[in-house]
Amino acid sequence: MNLDELAQTTGEWLRGSGPESDIVVSSRVRLARNLADFPFISRTTEADRAAIEKILHGRLQEMQDSGRAPADLIYVDVGDLPELDRQFLVERQLISREHAESEGARAVAIDRAEQFSVMINEEDHLRIQVMHSGLDLQSALEQASTIDDMIEEQVTYAFSDRLGYLTACPTNVGTGLRVSVMLHLPALVITRQIEKVFKSLQKINLAVRGLYGEGSQATGDFYQISNQLTLGETEQELAKKVADVVPVLIEYERQARSFLVRESHETLHDRVSRAFGILRTAQTITSEETMHLLSSVRMGINLGLIGNDLKITTINKLLIHTQPAHLQKLAGMELDQTDRNVERAAYLRQHLDPDTKSGDPANN
Amino acid sequence: MKCQKCDRAATFHITDLVDGQASEVHLCEQCAQAFLTPTPEEAEEVMPAMAGLLAQHLAVDETADELARLDQRACPVCGITFLQFRKQGRLGCPHDYVFFEKELEPLLLNIHDQTQHIGKNPKRCPRGADQQTQLIRLRREMKEAVSEENYERASELRDQIREIEASVRPSPEP
Repeated sequence: MNLDELAQTTGEWLRGSGPESDIVVSSRVRLARNLADFPFISRTTEADRAAIEKILHGRLQEMQDSGRAPADLIYVDVGDLPELDRQFLVERQLISREHAESEGARAVAIDRAEQFSVMINEEDHLRIQVMHSGLDLQSALEQASTIDDMIEEQVTYAFSDRLGYLTACPTNVGTGLRVSVMLHLPALVITRQIEKVFKSLQKINLAVRGLYGEGSQATGDFYQISNQLTLGETEQELAKKVADVVPVLIEYERQARSFLVRESHETLHDRVSRAFGILRTAQTITSEETMHLLSSVRMGINLGLIGNDLKITTINKLLIHTQPAHLQKLAGMELDQTDRNVERAAYLRQHLDPDTKSGDPANN
Repeated sequence: MKCQKCDRAATFHITDLVDGQASEVHLCEQCAQAFLTPTPEEAEEVMPAMAGLLAQHLAVDETADELARLDQRACPVCGITFLQFRKQGRLGCPHDYVFFEKELEPLLLNIHDQTQHIGKNPKRCPRGADQQTQLIRLRREMKEAVSEENYERASELRDQIREIEASVRPSPEP
């Protein structure tokens, strides 16, 4: 199995080109499940984890053999993977950081289109994750539930009538469901309204996380909005609550963008143009600065402040390809931080340079 | 490249974040393992929010003595003590939800505002989930018997485990 193939593409969650795709990046659904006849991960022995991995791998294999799961499912033994490849899967959001860094037998099954991944022996025995581009929680939920049903035909989940699906952490018990939508909200950040928005979301029991989930910094003004409760509401209700808030956040972000265009057009245009200029000419650049600048350019495209034919999908591709592990996979070698920064700048110049792109750079 | 802590070859290249400053650390496998394993203090920090929440709830109803006694209670199936749960914020097995029911109730209410699941149910009726809980206990006891070199007991337990495993295995798909 070759992860290098995946590195060439952007993956499902950054594919976005639909309506509002400049703000709504992707929708994600994950279900947490545990086998009834094994302890939760923290109390498992190495033998337990190997047995769980064998059972669930076997189950996925049966699903493939009977033609109900894609035949080209990529099954990756995460424990055996070099550090760089694990980091690569984290950047792609196919596995969690916790999954990459933990120990013992653990694996992930990924479909080629990267619409779903099934993590084995993460915090729970089983984490089914579905990712769709744009705002599409309902069908993502259906897909996750179908995969859940298929796996469950041959294994017994830990479940109680009262508390629902039993999970290692009480914060996931019940539905075991986390639905999240990733949004790009640069104007709310610039106008300093983002904190206010977060506080209101918390009041209605929605959580806000950064690009790479729990505890991660919100990089490049990307935020994930998700449900906090998992018990006492149906899956559909939980998904609806998150889905309902998205149009409101889009509206706030649009208003903030209009405000900036109206009230401080020169400053905004300057900010976007400088960001674009640095990205096209820098000789060495960190991942953080790249994310920060790409965020400005991404908004600038939407507001017509970038005068050439640069597309949001190109920026999406650069966002993922300039991450440390992606950059090294694309370069075909391991690079230390200094070399990575040089390689990243070269990659950006190659993809944004006016000489290699048609159209005139922004100057109108 | 040599490991920064010994003379072996560095195979782990770790980006360490200290106070927001990233630095590269190059280590061999053994040193990397030591480097990446959280110290007991760090491990306790993993779920401060949940530990705080628990302490807050428990403090209301329990005296220090009662709390200390409660912390020592261990699940008969997986062996986790309440103290261990409080520290790591993760339960040890499905039976903990039964065994620590009273202790978990205020926590669940605080997190979810609810204590009754109304969402999806597994399609297949889980036959003999009690037996499956027993499997967790029996496997643990077998491991203990082996480590005590009580092989007779271990082999008895192994037979029991096999019997239950055979009886709870779902029938093949129609």
